Amino acid sequence: MTTTDTRSQSTTSTLRLQVNGREHELALDHRTSLLDALREHLGLTGSKKGCDHGQCGACTVLLDGRRVNACLILAVTAVGREITTVEGLADGEDLHPVQQAFIDRDAFQCGYCTPGQICSAVGVLAEARSGWPSAVTPPEGGVQLDEAEVRERMSGNLCRCGAYANIVPAVLDAAAAELPAPGIETAYHEGESR
Amino acid sequence: MTVTKALTGPPLTRDEAIEKVTGKARYAYEYHSQPDTAYAWIVTSPVAKGRVLTVDADHVLRSDDVIAVLWHENAPHLGDVGDPTLAVLQSPEIAYRGQLVALVVAKTPEAAREAAAQLPVEYEELAHDVVLTPDHASLYKPEKVNPAFETDTEQGDPDRAFDASPVQLDQTYSTVALHNNPMEPHATTAIWGENGSLTLYDSNQGGGVVQQLLAGLFELEKSQVHVINPHVGGGFGSKGMPRPNVVLAAMAAKVTGRPVKLAVTRQQMFSLVGYRTPTIQRIRLGAEADGRLNAIMHEVVEQTSTVKEFAEQTAVATRMIYAAPHRRTSHRLARLDVPVPSWMRAPGECPGFYAFESAMDELAVELGVDPVELRIRNEPEVDPETGNPFSSRNLVACLREGARRFGWRSEPRAPRNHREGRWLIGAGVAASFYPTYQMPASATASVDENDHYTVDINATDIGTGARTALHQLAAEALEVPLEQVTVRIGDSDLPAAGIAGGSMGTRSWGWAVTKACRQLREEGAKSVTANTKKDIEALGEYTRGSYGAQFVEVRVNQDTGELRVPRMTGIFAAGRIVNASTARSQFIGGMTMGLSMALHEEGLIDPVFGDYANHDLASYHVAGCADVGALDIGWIEEADEHLGGAGTKGIGEIGIVGTAAAVANAVFDATGVRVRELPIHLEDVLK
Amino acid sequence: MKPFAYAVAEAPVQAVHQLSARPGAKFLGGGTNLVDLMRLGVESPELLVDVTRLELDRIEPTATGGILVGAGVRNSDLAADPRIRAAYPMLSQALLSGASGQLRNMATVGGNLLQRTRCVYFQDVTKPCNKREPGTGCPARTGAHRDLAILGASEHCIATHPSDFAVALAALDARVQITGPAGDRALALADLYRAPDEDPSRDTVLDPADLITAVEIPTSREAHRNSLYRKARDRASYAFAVGSVAAGLSLAPDGTISEVRIALGAVAHKPWRARRAESALTGNPATPEQFRRAAELELAAAEPLPDNAFKVELSQNLIVAALSTLAGVEEA
Ligand SMILES: Cc1cc2nc3c(=O)[nH]c(=O)nc-3n(C[C@H](O)[C@H](O)[C@H](O)COP(=O)(O)OP(=O)(O)OC[C@H]3O[C@@H](n4cnc5c(N)ncnc54)[C@H](O)[C@@H]3O)c2cc1C
Ligand code: SF4
Ligand code: FES
Ligand code: FES
Repeated sequence: MTTTDTRSQSTTSTLRLQVNGREHELALDHRTSLLDALREHLGLTGSKKGCDHGQCGACTVLLDGRRVNACLILAVTAVGREITTVEGLADGEDLHPVQQAFIDRDAFQCGYCTPGQICSAVGVLAEARSGWPSAVTPPEGGVQLDEAEVRERMSGNLCRCGAYANIVPAVLDAAAAELPAPGIETAYHEGESR
Repeated sequence: MTVTKALTGPPLTRDEAIEKVTGKARYAYEYHSQPDTAYAWIVTSPVAKGRVLTVDADHVLRSDDVIAVLWHENAPHLGDVGDPTLAVLQSPEIAYRGQLVALVVAKTPEAAREAAAQLPVEYEELAHDVVLTPDHASLYKPEKVNPAFETDTEQGDPDRAFDASPVQLDQTYSTVALHNNPMEPHATTAIWGENGSLTLYDSNQGGGVVQQLLAGLFELEKSQVHVINPHVGGGFGSKGMPRPNVVLAAMAAKVTGRPVKLAVTRQQMFSLVGYRTPTIQRIRLGAEADGRLNAIMHEVVEQTSTVKEFAEQTAVATRMIYAAPHRRTSHRLARLDVPVPSWMRAPGECPGFYAFESAMDELAVELGVDPVELRIRNEPEVDPETGNPFSSRNLVACLREGARRFGWRSEPRAPRNHREGRWLIGAGVAASFYPTYQMPASATASVDENDHYTVDINATDIGTGARTALHQLAAEALEVPLEQVTVRIGDSDLPAAGIAGGSMGTRSWGWAVTKACRQLREEGAKSVTANTKKDIEALGEYTRGSYGAQFVEVRVNQDTGELRVPRMTGIFAAGRIVNASTARSQFIGGMTMGLSMALHEEGLIDPVFGDYANHDLASYHVAGCADVGALDIGWIEEADEHLGGAGTKGIGEIGIVGTAAAVANAVFDATGVRVRELPIHLEDVLK
Repeated sequence: MKPFAYAVAEAPVQAVHQLSARPGAKFLGGGTNLVDLMRLGVESPELLVDVTRLELDRIEPTATGGILVGAGVRNSDLAADPRIRAAYPMLSQALLSGASGQLRNMATVGGNLLQRTRCVYFQDVTKPCNKREPGTGCPARTGAHRDLAILGASEHCIATHPSDFAVALAALDARVQITGPAGDRALALADLYRAPDEDPSRDTVLDPADLITAVEIPTSREAHRNSLYRKARDRASYAFAVGSVAAGLSLAPDGTISEVRIALGAVAHKPWRARRAESALTGNPATPEQFRRAAELELAAAEPLPDNAFKVELSQNLIVAALSTLAGVEEA
């Protein structure tokens, strides 16, 4: 809960944030973005700041499972939401399939856009599982993640090192690895060989 | 796994891969969040020329959160290191819009930013001039072009040879200002120790230069400055030298006695950390009817600032890429009230090849020959400029292999010939070249009682894969499995080495690492430090460089002019490839940036205000994921005995050289429209 | 960014009250535009009233067969809604062509409509701009204006409205529901936005304390179902429109046009409903030549500047291409 002054005069709040399954109590200036709360207050520097204006995707985190730009979210508005950052994706030593696919495909160079790319890809897989269309999804039929779909859906994450040509197959690998999860439709069905 | 010396090394995953995918890899701004950490924010000038009259620091110091305001009247004096861009807050003069004029230090980033926005600064404003024109009154001939090439060259009698040539081409090409925009903004965390030592976590392409220059600026011994940079979020040249952020952070930490963090904002990066100069390039080619070149003239006009000269070597590679008996190249600079241009990935070759390889395509059209064939016909036997032999030169092999893999139609160009639905389709080709440089470096190899080896060198991995490649080279030279070797880089306490720049990082560091490791093994010593200065001096007189050929398919929408690049093929000849996977990433990264240059990137100078008007990533576009299609990368295996060291050339920059020309040439093939100004906009091809 | 107070609105009326009581207050939706502008110093509210926790997050059928979309619905949810995709494809496509997956997950319907221009001068507080600071001038006219307006601009401002979503809504004749200090009302989307005229500082006719509560989309008809949104931009994705069109078409049994809906994006201070073209086409054969003629008629009023003159042809081509696709005819 947020303790906000009801007369709305105070410019700070004491609030609790749920990050990677842990609750943190913080006293924050309302101006503090979720990104800065993570990086400067919680020491979770995995989420990156590339532009601070929603223009690069480096700060992508998951808010209640959906990918968002943490730089444009005021931390105070994230109260009561489950925040997942790149630090919260692996299960102990076991990497998330997207993380592993990024390594296997060498889908990064400098690594600065990478946490955002990975969180974004996790969001993309969930969106595709839910049948969410993208700008390149044909009007009829479900969502079949292919190269064109992944390129479009991952476009909110800039990579100046230019790793896109490796990021796309990495996301597709992760999508294939995730197949058993319920509900996802991809170009590849169980039992079929490629 | 034991690594054996092969012309193409195995595609091992990066040493730091897990750190990078889990968010554990720390970058410069991510070290210190202790309660007393202070945040610094840069204040920049809204006038393009003039001087700072006063700064009303008290106005913002009233806030409890604001700790200090620094400006030229109260900033600590800095030693002179010969680089005016680092003499921050030392004078009231303003030479360009966006120059830094003050620094605010506060307890929180929010307070620092707001105080910086509110800081009252009075200026005296003078008229400015920021527009580059081919006949600008200030044009002058720089003494040398970057880093130390002759400004002008002339061989034979190019004017007469041109006039006498049956086929002539005379065209002018231009490129706009391009901004490096690494994803990690330039940032520093600075901490002064009680003994007067300075620790800097800094985002740079080489901690050694930072250490040396910061020692000079703060009048310290080099050993008192410790620069740490294990991970750097890209640089593309813009972090090759220390930038104002590191000096300011150190200054602020000194004044406040606290650890200070400072990041340049994305917007500020468009004025404070260098960019690629715009260029205007006139090219004249005189050829025989069979395409053999008689005369080549490449005359370049570009800009520099009034504070510091940077002269891009735009036409230098034109001196040796093709055979021709008569040749002239020249560079002229206009001194404008603009931010200081600097290195950006393949400075010189990149814009130079856009123009030159576009001209070659135009000549091929004029002659009615296959553009691949035209290039092959002009293949020189020896370096046309120096007469030196090539240590290896596989441009022709790259062209042939690329044409095969791409499915190139080996015939004269016939534009506007191929369409699918509302899309016009075309293909283009261009050659790539990047010289092979090297810098002396030292490395230490040592072994402990458990037979574990440690290799130390102050190399920098800005994403190139250098850490991994050095690890592979070390294991190879030691003849032990990779697991038995630890490589430590990114720390100025380690043996000195040069920057990650000029595509010479891995080559130069790998040389030192290989040498130290071999000696350790051969001598059976516990620890060996090797330096490569003498080896480099002993290199024979050869012209060394990497070559490549790029093939691009372009689609142009007939209704909107929208341009898409569904596929590109790049074949390179770049010496030994240490790691097939990270090398491929370097090539695709370069080509992607080249594509971005061709179609997206445009620093728009604002004549009235004097800045780059589109100074953010929403208005300055870099290629995104949907802009990049299939990339087919290959290389010619090259055993070049004259390279020294580990037999490697350089791979970081060649990928961007030629790409833009290949795209522009494909646009011509698709549409019949020859665009001679980058970037190519949809309106340029909207019929 | 100046320090500000923050309050979570509990009911629309209360939210409106909070704003009317405090002139420096603003509603906060997804924040993707407002927080951005606050960080740039373009906006500096004293109080943010967060309207995302109001129960304005539903997409529900109306009694008359239309769809009512709560102002707090996120752009991505609306774009993915099967009813919207089936009955109003142009709307889903417009949303999906905007911003990025992340931003669409944050952006709300209300905020999207009220996002501000992307004119680079408007966003740079070190420069003059009539929209940001009335009376300071419009440097875009002689400066960077490639992306700016060719229709309905004034000498005081040539900004364009950046929303893709609003273009489709304009073509659909959507209505905006508002709770204001004086009570509830509804406005046609076309009447929400203003021309810049003498006072470009105001983008819309709304009072600062007016809360958008919902957008009402009329009952679906053939020209809604047979519709599309086409956006031309400088990057394949994650870029604002250089030009765009939302178009819907229905044909009579004899092949003539019974209904056509066209709105243009990135050409004016508001989504530009192409009424002239529509009336020229209605009752006529659905041929590329007719489409071209109508498009030229619509753009005849254009007053472009040197760097955006191409938008005239681009917009015409977009109209012709979109209608040709919808009519299933081939362009020459
Ligand atoms: C990098 C980038 C790229 C983008 N690209 C595109 C694009 O291609 N196409 C496109 O259309 N958009 C694009 N956008 C803009 C984006 O769509 C808008 O920022 C978003 O829709 C705004 O919604 P919001 O809920 O975040 O609004 P907010 O930022 O929360 O609010 C915007 C304005 O609306 C007011 N407001 C919010 N809700 C209400 C309400 N219910 N009633 C009254 N007033 C309200 C606020 O006070 C504020 O003035 C882009 C944005 C970014 C940052
Ligand atoms: S076009 Fe409008 S928003 Fe842009 S500078 Fe002119 S007045 Fe400002
Ligand atoms: S830092 Fe958030 S999008 Fe760039
Ligand atoms: S890996 Fe460097 S920016 Fe993407």
